[in-house]
Amino acid sequence: MTEILGVPLQVLLGQLLIGLINGSFYAVLSLGLAVIFGLLRIINFAHGAQYMLGAFAAWMGFSYLGIGYWAALFLAPLVVGLTGIVIERTMLRRLYKFDHLYGLLLTFGLALVIEGLFSNFYGVSGKSYAVPELLKGGVNLGFMFLPVYRGWVVIASLTVCLTTWFIIERTKLGSYLRAGTENPQLVQAFGVNLPLMITLTYGFGAALAAFAGVLAAPIYQVAPLMGTNLIIVVFAVVVIGGMGSILGAVLTGFGLGLVEGLTKVFYPEASNTVIFVIMALVLLFKPAGLFGREA
Amino acid sequence: MFRRLPVPLALVAALALTAPASAQVSDGVVRVGVLADMAGVYADTSGQGSIEAAHMAIEDFGTTAAGAPIEVVYADHQNKADIAATKAREWLEVDGVDVLVDIITSSVALAVQEVARQAHKPALFSGPATSRLTDADCSPVGIHWAYDTYSLAVGTGRAVVREGGDSWYFLTVDYAFGHSLEADTIRVVEAEGGSVLGTVRTPFPTADFSSFLLQAQASGAKIIGLANAGQDSVNSVKQAKEFGITEMGQKLAGLLVFFSDAHALGAEVAQGLMLTAGFYWDMDEGTRAFAKRFIERVGAMPTMVHAGVYSSTLHYLRAVEAAGSDETDAVLAKMKEIPIDDFFAKNGYIRADGRMVHDMFLFRVKTPEQSTGEWDLYELLRVIPGDEAFRPLSESACPLLGD
Repeated sequence: MTEILGVPLQVLLGQLLIGLINGSFYAVLSLGLAVIFGLLRIINFAHGAQYMLGAFAAWMGFSYLGIGYWAALFLAPLVVGLTGIVIERTMLRRLYKFDHLYGLLLTFGLALVIEGLFSNFYGVSGKSYAVPELLKGGVNLGFMFLPVYRGWVVIASLTVCLTTWFIIERTKLGSYLRAGTENPQLVQAFGVNLPLMITLTYGFGAALAAFAGVLAAPIYQVAPLMGTNLIIVVFAVVVIGGMGSILGAVLTGFGLGLVEGLTKVFYPEASNTVIFVIMALVLLFKPAGLFGREA
Repeated sequence: MFRRLPVPLALVAALALTAPASAQVSDGVVRVGVLADMAGVYADTSGQGSIEAAHMAIEDFGTTAAGAPIEVVYADHQNKADIAATKAREWLEVDGVDVLVDIITSSVALAVQEVARQAHKPALFSGPATSRLTDADCSPVGIHWAYDTYSLAVGTGRAVVREGGDSWYFLTVDYAFGHSLEADTIRVVEAEGGSVLGTVRTPFPTADFSSFLLQAQASGAKIIGLANAGQDSVNSVKQAKEFGITEMGQKLAGLLVFFSDAHALGAEVAQGLMLTAGFYWDMDEGTRAFAKRFIERVGAMPTMVHAGVYSSTLHYLRAVEAAGSDETDAVLAKMKEIPIDDFFAKNGYIRADGRMVHDMFLFRVKTPEQSTGEWDLYELLRVIPGDEAFRPLSESACPLLGD
């Protein structure tokens, strides 16, 4: 068997694929953060809680209303997106005139409240959510056994990421959004309803987090704290990619998934710190991030 | 409104009210400090349930011990050793707390063991697992109550090897508890003639175990030993099933599975998993009665940690009553003298190294067909007598034992 640095090639291929799967979650989550930061200049610390809400919405939909996975994939982001809109309208809106720090503190506080409420009602151990019937089982790829569901995760997140990128970078709506970040006064002078766009953007960012949550529900335990550890990593992904850069967030998400996967083979103890080491290095040598533009 | 009492009479009345209480009990109150994880990964295993368990022990004991009222205080240590040590020191040295219970999380427990040793106040460990608490890190005031990594290894490790699971690969959570559990299990596996093919250290906590599970799969070991707990064991068991590892012939050994974890997984995912515990709610009249009261207050069935907090609090209060004082040495002497007898431990006793010896149990998680409800999860395979379950004193490195 071929070996690379003492690791059989087959094992390595398996780990790379796993890295890609985990990278999908990073990509969708960091995409949502990047979209929100790009337009609102808000560092959305509630993103992990919104991811958790998405997973719980899927679980609640199934347990209380009998709504299946496929419907949840659309409904959960919709519901969480709407709560995002309410949050933007009633709270975040008041903070735009202040420093970024206030938005960060507000969303951080919201995350703690939401997670605390769910811990109180459902307990930290969380709930199990079954893999949908259609995606059960797995395929033997020769070098590893790939659960069908994990393959689906990669496809679904790539689709969502590319669609989002396309909307923002290649459509008229996207051009308004981008113009809004550059010069809000001018865009409004042209008759574009910028406050509405901002509201919808925050709702969309929250919906993306919820989408990732539904994707994660059958793999991880649906638990109140599922977002807390993940969100820190995702912030690092956004910083490495360049704050506000859409494509940067997506590519970095997948890339860092791969790096983390490799670390798990060669030095597993460091697998939860390797991303932060990279973040430190990027900040030292390219402070705007790998894909960010220098201000 | 008030008729005046003659002064001497008022003095006598006041003395009658206060004198017995303050005679032998420090500051007139027996304070039980529950040091728990209130909102983190072990909150369902310990948390609010531990506070309720302490309250229940006090209610069952009576409202006073040695004539003094009993109070419960609690704190959230957030699974951080520094927070726990600071809180424990404040409680024991300033706030008049007389005994610490629960103290879940091994790294936390090792830090608190030192604080309690310096303050010379009893620490009754029901939450943490590491057997170091009664080994090299033992203390004259520390008592390890509910279970430990040694007994888990003996229970599950030995049973699995004897069933033919003689080659192991470990997924070990990377902190004091995981290391301790791995070391104790390796000792048992090798003593039984099994071999260890490898081990991987997983960061705490980890959400995605697939990478580590694939490494375990590639090792070809018959048994994948999960030296982890809480959310980590839930996620690793769930993902092992997802990746078809159990279907392809490898077996999982859950080295520490709390009842709250098994419940979170459900019979469908966890079925067939062998595990060792010091308590299960559905064992006999006594455990069922406790469980019924507990679930009414907490909304979930008790774990072995909750049962241990109840048992240790109750035994402490009995000892205070018998000693007529809350002075540490007098109480500890009584605790060691009186046999421990409640629904948790029958004829339990405390050894010189601080180990509370009681029977442990080997369980298997029922299949969905066998299970009659969400809480009906364990099938008893074997009772492990206390003297077999815990490390013999002859193997202990506890300095208190002398030579």
